[in-house]
Amino acid sequence: MILTPLTLCLLLLALWAVIGVAGLARPTSLRYVARTLYPLGALCGIALAAVAAVSITWAPERLVLPFGLPDLPFHVRSDALSSAFLFLLGAAAAGISFFGAGYFRSGEGTAPGLLCLQYHLFLASMGFVLLADDAYGFMVAWESMALTSYFLVTTQHRIPEIRRAGFLYLLIAHLGAIAILLSFGVMQGGSWQFTFDAMRAAQLPSGWAAVAFLLAIFGFGAKAGLVPLHVWLPEAHPAAPSPVSALMSGVMLKTAVYGVLRVTFDLLGEPASWWGLVPLGIGLLTAMYGVVFAAVQTDMKRLLAYSSIENIGILFTGIGLAVVFHGAGMAVLAALALIAVLYHALNHAFMKSLLFLGTGAVLHATGERNLGRLGGLIRRMPWVAWLTLVGALAISGLPPLNGFVSEWLLLQAFLFAHRVPQTFVNMLLPLGAAVVVLAAALAAYVMVKFYGVVFLGQPREAALARAHDPGALEKLGLVWLALGCVLLGLLPAPVVGLLGSVTAQLGVGSLPQGASPWWVLEPLPDRDATYAPLVFLAAIVLVVVLTFQLVGRMFHRRVRRGAPWDCGFVRLDARMQDTAEGFGQPIRRIFQSFFAIEREQPTPFDRAPRYSIVVTDRLWRALYLPLAGLVQRAADAVAWLQQGRIAAYLLYSFVTLVTLLALVL
Amino acid sequence: MAWLTQILEVLAALVAAPLFLGWVNKCRAWLQNRSAPSLLQPYRGIRKLFFKDAVIAENASPLFRLAPYVVFGAMVLAAAIIPSMGTRLPFSSAADAIALVGLLATARVFQSLAAMDVGTAFGSLGARREMMIGFLAEPALLMVIFVASLISATTALPVISERLAVQSVGLYPSLAFTAVAFTMVLLAENARIPVDNPATHLELTMIHEAMLLEYSARHLALMEWAAALKLFNYACIGFALFVPWGVSTTATGPAGLLFAIPLLAAKLAVAGVGLALIETLSAKLRVFRAPEFLATAFLLAVLGLLVRLLLGS
Repeated sequence: MILTPLTLCLLLLALWAVIGVAGLARPTSLRYVARTLYPLGALCGIALAAVAAVSITWAPERLVLPFGLPDLPFHVRSDALSSAFLFLLGAAAAGISFFGAGYFRSGEGTAPGLLCLQYHLFLASMGFVLLADDAYGFMVAWESMALTSYFLVTTQHRIPEIRRAGFLYLLIAHLGAIAILLSFGVMQGGSWQFTFDAMRAAQLPSGWAAVAFLLAIFGFGAKAGLVPLHVWLPEAHPAAPSPVSALMSGVMLKTAVYGVLRVTFDLLGEPASWWGLVPLGIGLLTAMYGVVFAAVQTDMKRLLAYSSIENIGILFTGIGLAVVFHGAGMAVLAALALIAVLYHALNHAFMKSLLFLGTGAVLHATGERNLGRLGGLIRRMPWVAWLTLVGALAISGLPPLNGFVSEWLLLQAFLFAHRVPQTFVNMLLPLGAAVVVLAAALAAYVMVKFYGVVFLGQPREAALARAHDPGALEKLGLVWLALGCVLLGLLPAPVVGLLGSVTAQLGVGSLPQGASPWWVLEPLPDRDATYAPLVFLAAIVLVVVLTFQLVGRMFHRRVRRGAPWDCGFVRLDARMQDTAEGFGQPIRRIFQSFFAIEREQPTPFDRAPRYSIVVTDRLWRALYLPLAGLVQRAADAVAWLQQGRIAAYLLYSFVTLVTLLALVL
Repeated sequence: MAWLTQILEVLAALVAAPLFLGWVNKCRAWLQNRSAPSLLQPYRGIRKLFFKDAVIAENASPLFRLAPYVVFGAMVLAAAIIPSMGTRLPFSSAADAIALVGLLATARVFQSLAAMDVGTAFGSLGARREMMIGFLAEPALLMVIFVASLISATTALPVISERLAVQSVGLYPSLAFTAVAFTMVLLAENARIPVDNPATHLELTMIHEAMLLEYSARHLALMEWAAALKLFNYACIGFALFVPWGVSTTATGPAGLLFAIPLLAAKLAVAGVGLALIETLSAKLRVFRAPEFLATAFLLAVLGLLVRLLLGS
């Protein structure tokens, strides 16, 4: 076998599977599984990321595997798009696996060895989704991804809520899978060849192409958590162990983004301009929906899950924008929007994994997920607190970290979009930009709430005093991801250059070559818009250090410690701080129409006054419960057939047989 | 020469910011028939604070002590990006207008986090309100900047300013909408009267002041100075977008700077009077009216954007 990037990637994926199987050898030995196998898996991830980073500029490469379904060997292919996502998978998985090596303990539901198998098969199947080049291989990998992640979500299967969350996840994942399958069915265009090459070659009538596109948006949107298919996400992501939540939010959601990009720009070839309005509109709605719900959550993992929904919304907004531009023949802007999408996917993989792992460390140290029982952890867990701060600032879109770069690119694309041929699109786009900006600003609100309530302030429970930083491997995982956030933020121009090869290879277009040095990001040279985060960071560090030194030299550095001032109030205790509910209150009030709120207020005559508030998703009552009722009624109607008498069933068989015979003869 | 302008701008901002604050306070006192404090009062306040011993709450984390430096640094950096005197700023290529908004947001986030650090009731209250105002004001500010960048086809602030100064003799209707929106954002972001009262010490209505309650001495001095710088920066953003005439450009050369400095002083003087007038003529809103105030600003800016796109004016 010749060693090419593609075969190397396949080997590494196989290695992941082998590592998983090796976990079964001594399934209960935590030492063997956690301290040996997970770090090995992390090294695999680093290798995969390295191979993908190198091969992203190479020409596409394909291979037919000697195995697969009976008579249907799997086709695989690596190109720039799959390399970009393989890099994301490898790099994020490396950090998560390092963390997982220290995190998983015995006594958490599933045995460690079995968990190791599920975890690594999950990784390998995500990798195979990215490499598959025919519908069969893709669906097999897609389904094994769904199944392994289902088992990972239900690790603590003794808890009924977790089983319920797992069921909901599996249900919606399969609705999505059916839509994807149908989409492939449309795309083969009568050739009955299910390789992606056949789909690329098929000339679909524009109506059928649109159907395939919409089915793909529905199918992949179900996996990504687009509104209104998002309901599983805030249930399933928090239910899983934290490294698994990190993988699901950080990486698995991106495979759905990959799927949409693959179908839209590669398999369907020439998307029409108006298609883009669908993901654009749904994306904007999803972004607002996610961030507004994130702001009112009181469980830290649910908060992060809703924040993932927001980011998925922004990604789909970018995809929609790219399709609109591509359809209108504006190659440079289409490339810019697509690069923003890829960049944001990469950023989100790092920041969200980092945040989920941070919550995992907090969860292990304190046993608490409820924001109302945390607080003040920056003094007990400085490592976790400061590294999580990097993730929180990055996801708030603050310069010079990475979240800002992709936001900046997306806004540049929005801003110079005012020459789309359709006038109404022209009018809608600025409103879209306004919503994106609003969502980004709200994300900062959410992160201040999250970070402030968990890590700052006074501890809300006495037990928090015993919290401490995690072990070295967990720290390594956090440091790896935080470093990714910082580097992606500081070196945008090389990253944009590499991602440019993806858009070029997809035939979307490429950004013009500017004359800027490597530390300056200048995507559109004729627009004079530049951003140089290294200079930016250097300047801010310089000013801070200079101020510190000058103030110390010119005056003094004396510090005294005393009780908090709090306007002279002396009996300050932890319950006087803002709670998570309190911090979310302005959002609850301003965006009232988003929520279904149940409030129980005390009356003046209550002996034991109680105040409680439950904020739920309106869509449950408006969409899901009626739908479930409909299915139930249909099932009841069908149940009438089940008479429970053998004669009736024999009659059914007879009628069926006669009908079939009548049809054939 | 360009570096000279750059350094001069930052120094001028550092020096003039408390003076501008003093001028606004003076105008306000005159308008309200009070005897006015000295123009130099803000300097005296800051100097006094620098000499005092810093008292910090026992449970304050390093983040609490870091925040004043970061906030101050962010404001100094913002002053380096905004073309208040000249448009040839070497540093401004590191950050365009969107990055400037991001920089202001960074300062806000750090200030809010620091306010939550000690865990007092007022600190987190202030942080929550500040973020509530921020998440509405920031998009409004970005929309304002977007209108200007659509007109000038760039997001680099000095280039926007230069193109607006050179090209436009007449007024753009879209800019008129956004000027109103920008003024509203300026009032909200700088804790001025319809939204917050800089002179208040009534705990329940404070926003900005509530976040600073735990700070003392040099940390408080830096925070106060940063607040003055923020007001100065916002005023300069306003000048750069709406009255850019008179700044030194590539065309005017070094001599332009001699003209630009007194002109900036004149603009600031007028802006100070205007600000004092608005603050005197309006009453403070209830906290939950503030989102409506800012939503109006946001919609006005979006309206400006639509006017620009539809009518091309």
